[in-house]
Amino acid sequence: MDLHEYQAKELFRAAGMAVNPGEVADDPAAVRALAGKYGGRVVVKAQVHSGGRGKAGGVKLAAGADEAALHAGAILGMEIRGLTVRRVLVSPTEDIATEAYAGILVDREGQCPVLMVSAEGGVDIEEVAETNPEAIHKLRVDPRYGLMPHQAWELATRLYSDPALARQAARILTQLYAAFTGNGASMAEINPLISTGTGEVKAIDAKVSIDDNELFRRPAVAALRDPDSESEADAKARAAGLSFVKLEGNVGCCVNGAGLAMATMDLVKYYGGEPANFLDIGGSSNPDKVVAALEIITADPGVKVILFNIFGGITRCDDVARGIVEAVGRLEFGVPLVIRLTGTNEERAREILADAGLAAVASMDEVVREAVRRAG
Amino acid sequence: MSIYVDGTTRVIVQGITGRDGSFHTRQMMAYGTRVVAGVTPGKGGRRFDGPDGMEVPVHDTVADAVAETGANASVIYVPPAFAAGAIMEAADAGVGFIVCVTEGIPVLDMTRAHALARDRGCRVLGPNCPGIICPDKTTLGIIPGSIVTRGPVGLISRSGTLTYEAVHHLTRDGLGQTTCVGIGGDPLIGTSFVDCLAAFAEDPETEAAVMIGEIGGTAEQEAAAWVSANLDIPVVGFIAGRTAPPGTRMGHAGAIISGSSGTAAEKTRAFEDNGIRVAKRPAEIAALVRESLGG
Repeated sequence: MDLHEYQAKELFRAAGMAVNPGEVADDPAAVRALAGKYGGRVVVKAQVHSGGRGKAGGVKLAAGADEAALHAGAILGMEIRGLTVRRVLVSPTEDIATEAYAGILVDREGQCPVLMVSAEGGVDIEEVAETNPEAIHKLRVDPRYGLMPHQAWELATRLYSDPALARQAARILTQLYAAFTGNGASMAEINPLISTGTGEVKAIDAKVSIDDNELFRRPAVAALRDPDSESEADAKARAAGLSFVKLEGNVGCCVNGAGLAMATMDLVKYYGGEPANFLDIGGSSNPDKVVAALEIITADPGVKVILFNIFGGITRCDDVARGIVEAVGRLEFGVPLVIRLTGTNEERAREILADAGLAAVASMDEVVREAVRRAG
Repeated sequence: MSIYVDGTTRVIVQGITGRDGSFHTRQMMAYGTRVVAGVTPGKGGRRFDGPDGMEVPVHDTVADAVAETGANASVIYVPPAFAAGAIMEAADAGVGFIVCVTEGIPVLDMTRAHALARDRGCRVLGPNCPGIICPDKTTLGIIPGSIVTRGPVGLISRSGTLTYEAVHHLTRDGLGQTTCVGIGGDPLIGTSFVDCLAAFAEDPETEAAVMIGEIGGTAEQEAAAWVSANLDIPVVGFIAGRTAPPGTRMGHAGAIISGSSGTAAEKTRAFEDNGIRVAKRPAEIAALVRESLGG
């Protein structure tokens, strides 16, 4: 789950970090009031889950309150990569001397958090990683000991030769690690981390993603979810316990298992079609899940055919067949259904479907070809 | 032969009295797995009824179960909140091979569990994996016994049902398996493609290997390089997620393309550059294996 910049900054402040001030607002009048309170120049930043906000015109400098309100009027309601801006963050501008980068991810190979810093901040760090990898300093952190003081200090000295600045940076890295682990993050980033003309080090942008698997035990973090940032279909899928990703094609896919679901989408493409979605109904054959899946898929007006691909292992095909029959009885939709069921209790499943006037095929290639043909 | 486990492996089940744990324990026992005990904290002293009149004792702790039965492997079916703790308990009790089926474990929990398992010299399979099956010998996890058959192919996969799809084709085409291993769909897993390939390389009965990968991470690329440098038997590959959009998690926590790395195209290229033939469709895997075995 991605957090907004203003939310990430709150988590950083709660860890004691020096972060530039700022408050969020959702209308130009409130932005004017905030800018007036700060006085002088302010920056108005769109709060959406997307990179490239600046390039899209979602980040503007204003000389004063009137201009800030004007910018807010333009930014609020703007679309950035398909996401509507509903809030802006208003902050006083900073006297920036240098811009650095600090971030934490989980390193798959080392199976531990990895802290990365670079004196080249304020730019796309992936680009730095490609063009100038030596500029990024990495440190794997043993999760049992956490970030040790000497490690934070060593990385801080890679960023600042002035010990006064390095000491502040070491403190910020320690706080970043604490915010990362303390909130169950999968990524936490400060870009840029600045030093000011008066010798202060602070975070002026923040990015945090939370590990979805942590949310069950962190209600305060889970409450940060922005319902506006999620489509109706995504929210419904999440509530039903389905993994769902909307795509642009017209073949609606309903599959058990994430790997098989991806392979099914790929096969649709292989046979000349375009998948409308990724959807994993998981191991359960609960009819309610099948109904929810069909509701989500059929709500997409682009869908011309619905493809079921079920490999019954532990999931029994007859249970899934009952779910499909029940769902078809409960829902009305005007697109054809093509079904593949193989594995445990396959014969019984076919009988159940046949009684309801539905047919199933045994092979994945066959069902995908049929779906692509029906989708036209 | 088989890798990691065989018919002599003495297995305990953590979470044996739960809904999933009890169901799959009975399936495993029916297949012939030597399940010697179960563990559920607070339910020690009970008996667990298996199929065909078989029964096993339930213990409060893994240490007790190991002391009583000499178990050397464990299968974990406990909920995500407690699963990393269950892995650590098994590692601490000296269980050498730990299969964790649970999906949805917080990644930071797994950083600590993997660290302890490494320190104790234990092998963890998974988490978020379907387990391991050696046809006609033993199964640890949830891979259905009905789809496998004995033969010369070693299969490794990050997926569950996609594994079944591939195994189903192999079996139907008369290509049996020495061992099928599901290594798991999480970003942090205890046993990699390379670990399994190295184990298959030591197994005289494994004449070809199949690797089923997916988007996210670089495990397939590392495996491809390892195959080219170390492996003499032919390898056939498949990568799921060619149509997956970047930056979006596709079901499995580990299946996400970040930046330009982890794409299906990149992994397919790594396979092909290192002499691994890549099936375009799951149904093609069996034919490529047959060809690579010389018809």
